[in-house]
Amino acid sequence: MLAFDALDAWWWPYLFIVIAGWLVTDFWRFLGVFLAGNLSEDSEIMVLVRAIATALVAGVIARIVLFPTGSLAGSPLLLRVGAVVAGFAVFWWVRRNLFLGLLVAEIVLLGGWLLIG
Amino acid sequence: MGDEFPEQTEDQTDPMREPMSLWFWRGVRGLGSVPAMVLAASFVGYGALARETGLDLGHTVFAAGIMFALPNQIVLIGAIGAGAGLFAAALAVALSAVRLLPMTMSLMPLLRGPSATKPWLLTVSHVMAVTSWVEAMRNLPALPRPARIYWFSGFAAGIVLLNVPMAAVGWLLAASVRPEFAAALGFLTPVYFLLSLTAASRFAADKWAMAFGLALAPVFHAITPETDLLWTGIVGGILAYGMHRLRLGRSI
Repeated sequence: MLAFDALDAWWWPYLFIVIAGWLVTDFWRFLGVFLAGNLSEDSEIMVLVRAIATALVAGVIARIVLFPTGSLAGSPLLLRVGAVVAGFAVFWWVRRNLFLGLLVAEIVLLGGWLLIG
Repeated sequence: MGDEFPEQTEDQTDPMREPMSLWFWRGVRGLGSVPAMVLAASFVGYGALARETGLDLGHTVFAAGIMFALPNQIVLIGAIGAGAGLFAAALAVALSAVRLLPMTMSLMPLLRGPSATKPWLLTVSHVMAVTSWVEAMRNLPALPRPARIYWFSGFAAGIVLLNVPMAAVGWLLAASVRPEFAAALGFLTPVYFLLSLTAASRFAADKWAMAFGLALAPVFHAITPETDLLWTGIVGGILAYGMHRLRLGRSI
């Protein structure tokens, strides 16, 4: 199989990114534009499609918090969950303030991490 | 429909008094400070990860601009790091990008308007990703329909021009960032997604979908770690739709 560093040509890694990165990503976006056709926002099929998209994004969130990669993987699981819950609680009760919610989540994560060790 | 809202908005007869370019700039400003900072921080994290994987600066920035979907960029550099072949890498990225299909589909009814032609919609669809989807779902419904495509185009241009250079910043800074700081940068993304998705959930079906998605993700991660997101979306979305139907049935 042709790997990223298989060919000793400057253009090969770029072609690799075009095929394995761009083509298979924008394919789904373009298909979405065509499949949407003239369906209206409150049609039953759109309610279902939006629910699937929302559940997918929620899945992305849960995966990063529960099974992180990179440096975040070095933090304790309970601390990450606690930080998310604290951030969400502040966001929910303080007038849906995005910045405040983020700030509290970060403080709990970093503060707790430094306290533990 | 087309003559009702002409693209030459300087026209005196235009029922929309404000020029459309104004909506474009409002879209650029629609980035807002918080989403812009969070996504920018995430792109810095991506740039750093790309350097650790062995990509040079050109590859890192090129992939960021041409893909513009952080999770997919992470999957791609993961595959490159593992020495995967072209086909295996493309398959992994394609699987992780399926989520862009329902996201793009569900945005189209909101973006549609007199001047939103197919080529234009296809062009702006390139920036479709979690951040732009959430921000669009949150902001577009309140805007006049003819202005929406202009607002989103401004938003799209701004979000790309702001974030792609951030990948370069991350690549350049890679070696000098402390692990706790890198982790905090990475942690911004899921918290931001959660809060902004909550803000964007206007209907009962969306709220159920969020709850099911959060609950099902660890289950499918244990069963099928390769395609867990896809299954979480499909099963969680169908269950949420079922709850929506049940509620409708009861209220009639």
